[in-house]
Amino acid sequence: MQDLIDKLELAFTVNGERVSVRVAPQATLLEVLREDLELTGTKYGCGEGECGACSVILDGKVVNSCLVLALECEGSEILTVEGLTANGRLHPIQKAFVDHGAVQCGFCTPGMIMASYALLEENPSPTEDEVKRALEGNLCRCTGYRKIVDAVLSLARGGASDA
Amino acid sequence: MPEPASDVAVEPGTEKKTLIGKRIPKLDAPEKATGLARYLEDLKLPRMLYGKILFAGRPHARILDIDTSAAKAMSGVRAVITASDIELVPFGYGRDNTALKKDKVTCVRDEVAAVAADTPQIAAQAIERIRVTYEDLPVVTSPEEALADGAPIIHSKVPDNTPFRYDYSHGDVERGIRESDVIVEDTYCLQRVAHCCLGTSGIIADFDAQGRLTVHSLTQVPFLYKHDLSRIVGIAPEKIRIIQPPIGGGFGSKLDVHPFEPICVFLARKTSRPVRLVFTREEEFLATPTRQPMVIHLKSGARKDGTFTFRDVGMTLDNGGHTSWGATTPWISMRTFSSLYRVPHVRQHVDVIYTNNIYACAFRGYGNPQATFALESQVDQLAAELGMDPLEIRLRNANQPGETTGQGMVLSTCGLKECLETAARNAGWKEKQSAVSGQRSALGATAKPPDRQSSIANHQSSVVRGIGMACLFHVGGGAKIYRSDGCGTMLKLDDFGGVTVLTGSSEIGQGSETVIAQMVAQELGLPLKNIQVINNDTSLTPWDVGVHASRTTFVAGNSAFRAAREARGKLLNAAAARLKKKPEELDLVEGNVVERPSGEPLESIGKIIRGLHFGRARNELIMTTHFYEPPSTPPDEKHMGNISPCYAFGTHVAEVEVDLDTGVVKVLKMCAAHDVGRVINRLGIEGQVEGGIAQGIGYCLCEELKVEAARVLNPTFTDYKLVTTTDLPELNISFVETRDPAGPYGAKGIGESPLIPVAPAIANAVFNATGVRITELPLTPERVLMKLNQARADRATSGDSPSTDAKRRKKG
Repeated sequence: MQDLIDKLELAFTVNGERVSVRVAPQATLLEVLREDLELTGTKYGCGEGECGACSVILDGKVVNSCLVLALECEGSEILTVEGLTANGRLHPIQKAFVDHGAVQCGFCTPGMIMASYALLEENPSPTEDEVKRALEGNLCRCTGYRKIVDAVLSLARGGASDA
Repeated sequence: MPEPASDVAVEPGTEKKTLIGKRIPKLDAPEKATGLARYLEDLKLPRMLYGKILFAGRPHARILDIDTSAAKAMSGVRAVITASDIELVPFGYGRDNTALKKDKVTCVRDEVAAVAADTPQIAAQAIERIRVTYEDLPVVTSPEEALADGAPIIHSKVPDNTPFRYDYSHGDVERGIRESDVIVEDTYCLQRVAHCCLGTSGIIADFDAQGRLTVHSLTQVPFLYKHDLSRIVGIAPEKIRIIQPPIGGGFGSKLDVHPFEPICVFLARKTSRPVRLVFTREEEFLATPTRQPMVIHLKSGARKDGTFTFRDVGMTLDNGGHTSWGATTPWISMRTFSSLYRVPHVRQHVDVIYTNNIYACAFRGYGNPQATFALESQVDQLAAELGMDPLEIRLRNANQPGETTGQGMVLSTCGLKECLETAARNAGWKEKQSAVSGQRSALGATAKPPDRQSSIANHQSSVVRGIGMACLFHVGGGAKIYRSDGCGTMLKLDDFGGVTVLTGSSEIGQGSETVIAQMVAQELGLPLKNIQVINNDTSLTPWDVGVHASRTTFVAGNSAFRAAREARGKLLNAAAARLKKKPEELDLVEGNVVERPSGEPLESIGKIIRGLHFGRARNELIMTTHFYEPPSTPPDEKHMGNISPCYAFGTHVAEVEVDLDTGVVKVLKMCAAHDVGRVINRLGIEGQVEGGIAQGIGYCLCEELKVEAARVLNPTFTDYKLVTTTDLPELNISFVETRDPAGPYGAKGIGESPLIPVAPAIANAVFNATGVRITELPLTPERVLMKLNQARADRATSGDSPSTDAKRRKKG
């Protein structure tokens, strides 16, 4: 019924840029990011907050964007995987995922990277257990997680930095 | 390092910098890590519509009427189709499926109608407004019901509900039974599991003005897919182009044409607009086929010294309401029963039976994880009967290089013994075996071999530890089930030393693109960044049979490196002429023609190519092609034959903790050793093994798509449990490099192998910890606790120690 109901104005900041867009009241943040803003790096994996493929940063916290109503984000700051890459240079987390072989089919990767970003912002030197707990809500069917955990640990301040 | 027999298996410049065996990040990883990779659901074409399917939602019913008028009347709905609007061409392995169902539905996921609309929301609403009148029919929920007297007939062409039967034998099982000192017999039940690709299924169908069809497809077998789709939608194959965007996981799920694909083509044709159809997660669980569930009855024997004598296998497959590749998975189960370890007498009978359940397709391992669970559980049961160490009985019977198995498979190389020894050593097998054996008294059940004195002090703890192993046998270079198991490569060198590799093989996340680029770069002495691989467009790339049977590194690799070797020859000849040297005095290293053996650069490769292109005498470009057909043979009507040019082996040792109070099994450590011939990309191959172990742990401990009364009960990630980061055990991964003479640089396939032995290794470790043998997956806490309680109760009543449900017989 999205097309039948009046859309409402939403103004927020996405990847450092002020954005204003008209959205249906029931539209999720995931839908607005992917459909209206064409930020398709954020993935739909389940639509029910079970897989983490749609993880983005909302005001500093990692959220499943499929469970957030877009209109709740009025005035908020959103960071998506596209916002990590500056001037065509990979963010250190993105580079660590590439170098450690943490990417296979790649579908879970943007969500994994955003969840890792949130962890490292909050705790720059996580232990292995802390990394595992932080990524527990992000499913991956290809890698078996080992190389993802290794990639994040390589960025832990004071930790081992080698693959 | 022993040199392989074949010259083609050796890379040039070995003594110098080699790319082979290095840790090479995947070439497509930056696209994926930045979110720039455009997956199917990220693609939008101008005027594109959104497709949606109405599924039956009931397992067995006659369709009396479909009223689409309300849906058609909706604004924004561009087409509504039912079976009466399309050609009903039967497809699937059993030719028992159609894109939309006409007269009756035979499982809940049957496709009944479909809509194309301006938005996904309108499409979803339109689906809800389609009214179907059904007459429900009696539902067949199991093979037993399907075979009962007077059972409903599911497909009229198959009145006995048994569409396929397979029989295999070698040797004389009766003789094997007579020669056995011990015989073990048991039944193993393997559940339905879902592929759970993180990217859901989808397709975009797009016609041009001349009726040519472009399909953006997630298929892992583009050329077979094109052929099959052509027949189903009635469009000549030469008018169909398949383009594969990045694929969010395959694992065998994309080996077939599924009904949603022709449905989307029909919607696009009807509307003359591009149509995209992408499943929700719930649809993915409900309407994509699973791994084939199996019930395996296995009887096997051994002599007193542990030598295997025979195996007698009976398998029953719930085929569900239609047939996809699941019905053919016994072809591969068979090869493990016939050929993992030396065994002179083997017989196998398989019945594939229609029910009204959902159906199954290919899934990593293709019937082998099921067979290996049964066989490797039973090998431990035989070892227990004989009082032998599970490692010893396996070593005694291990296949040897050079032997031909009972099913006619030639083991050109075989590292099974080395895999067993390596995994056991890394796991501390000998020490841990004896350390844990006494713990079983904690439960009260005893197991054979008889309890030894425990060295573990904490007898009263409710948590016990155990260690178990399992091996695997699998094809290592494809499986020739079609007339050709080949792959084509076209290779184009540009004026600046850049290379475009057009390969028929597909990238589904497994890393084939990188492996192929490595081989080409290695042959041509060029940096990896100079190599571009095009692997996703049937109008550009040459034929390939697809991503299955762990064949891509071997078959596509052989094809690519042979095309590159030919280009290398042309480059060296041109350089020799230009530099007034002999070709054998030159080498290609890091973008330069260098002098042998000094390695001194003489000229850049780009300059040599430009010299040919703009040359005065003769103008020439370097482009080569190679079609590699592996030297394997299709099986004969008795299933005999050397279907693969080489075979993969491996051993996993699992260490587990079992909580006797809760039934929770935790995998603490997994040591894996795989005979991979040769490691090409160490980073990639570790990823394959790690991912296979995680999928295998899920298969063993927590995954099950539950179907009751022919309906799926748990189509969400909340109720269908995948392993996650916190379930990750400590890993120890080793590679045994047997350097197969037919493999590119000696490599064999790896894709499926790492999943195959995981479940039996864990189940054997649970037995080792508790003395209780569980023959049904998954080993959920409920099931484990139930079995532990049953064992406690049996012991209390009989004073005996039935460590297993197996029927055992000893001969005097």
